[in-house]
Amino acid sequence: MPRLLLIVLLMLLGACTHRPADSLYRDLDELYGITALVDELLDQLVEEQRIVARFADTDIGRFRRQLIDQFCELSGGPCRYTGESMRVVHAGHGIDEAEFNALVETLIAAMNARDIPLGVQNRLLARLAPMQADIVGR
Amino acid sequence: MRTFLRILCGCALLIHSPSPQAGDRLLGTPGASALEGGAGGGMVPWAVLAGYGTAEQIGGSAFASRVHVQDYRLDSVGAAMTFHNRLELSVTRQSLDLGSLGQAIGQPGARLRQDIIGGKLRLLGDLIYTPWPQLSLGVQYKQQRDFAIPSSVGAVRASDVDIYLAASKLWLTGPFDRSLLVNLTARATRANQLGLLGFGGDQRDRHRLVFEGSAALLLTRELAAGVEYRQKPNNLGFAREDDWRDVFLAWFPNKHLTAVVAYTWLGSIAGFADQHGPYVSLQLSY
Repeated sequence: MPRLLLIVLLMLLGACTHRPADSLYRDLDELYGITALVDELLDQLVEEQRIVARFADTDIGRFRRQLIDQFCELSGGPCRYTGESMRVVHAGHGIDEAEFNALVETLIAAMNARDIPLGVQNRLLARLAPMQADIVGR
Repeated sequence: MRTFLRILCGCALLIHSPSPQAGDRLLGTPGASALEGGAGGGMVPWAVLAGYGTAEQIGGSAFASRVHVQDYRLDSVGAAMTFHNRLELSVTRQSLDLGSLGQAIGQPGARLRQDIIGGKLRLLGDLIYTPWPQLSLGVQYKQQRDFAIPSSVGAVRASDVDIYLAASKLWLTGPFDRSLLVNLTARATRANQLGLLGFGGDQRDRHRLVFEGSAALLLTRELAAGVEYRQKPNNLGFAREDDWRDVFLAWFPNKHLTAVVAYTWLGSIAGFADQHGPYVSLQLSY
């Protein structure tokens, strides 16, 4: 009985141990999965009436590459995002909360379309959420 | 009962008719409706505001809920509007069917009604996006409408004001990488059983600071499971008042509908011990 308890405790501890730094990158299926996710996101953004006009003057090819680099780096992958900071990119555009949330909802829809599990979705969203303050109301 | 059914039918009709475009706050983030109106869990007001409107929008909600314990039944109906995710205004009517107590005092069918006008101001923070919690200050003006019975058991006044400070925070990666919402509310009140038994009493007629808390885990984006706890004051000598507890499941199929089922433990109410039973609530929002 004490041995069983020990095993259960060890299993619980195991569940608590820190994940490797690139575990989210791997759970997103690395560069292949992230590229597919970003392509799905761009496909869905075209249909998103609330914010599609915001991308009218965007160089979509460049935006796509930067988004892939950003998701890859954020998730612990071997890429480097080389674009301007979020604050600089969005300065002067007056993006509001409704538009930011529309982007979040589109990303969630894209992740669902890619069958990304809820827990992996939440881990990616948690790393993106702190950017809201640098994007909205600038 | 008939009113309750009529509201439920009204809700059902609205769901199937074209409705205004919902606001752009994220699904589930306004929570459900608290018993006393405004956004919250079943029995605790949260720092989030009713409806789905963002800082640029106006949102709102309407709800009907019922708690059915052995000797009583409490119906609440109400509506709330939120302006720019800053100020929430709400009106709510509660009706407590006295059931067994009505029989005991020779007034079968007796009920205690109460009207509540609420205001809640978001002071700072955002439930999800800021590292600190969303913090809101709320007031509830309560008017007891059937004061003869509360007065006869020692209640001092028929109307009063509750003031509360609520803090709500959502962690996207809680246990099992599911979103975890935690809410803590501190309230100054002298209400007896929410105010349905009036305010103040023979034992005490001053506001008391009580604490209320909720925790909910979003199992999916549409389904949350949680627990709530609410401290209560104890002003009346004729019967003890206990803290309230519940466990709940909340379902957010879309931004227009929220359904909550819960099981509540309300302790002793006006002399009837160990009251517990189911709670259901339906909410429409935009």
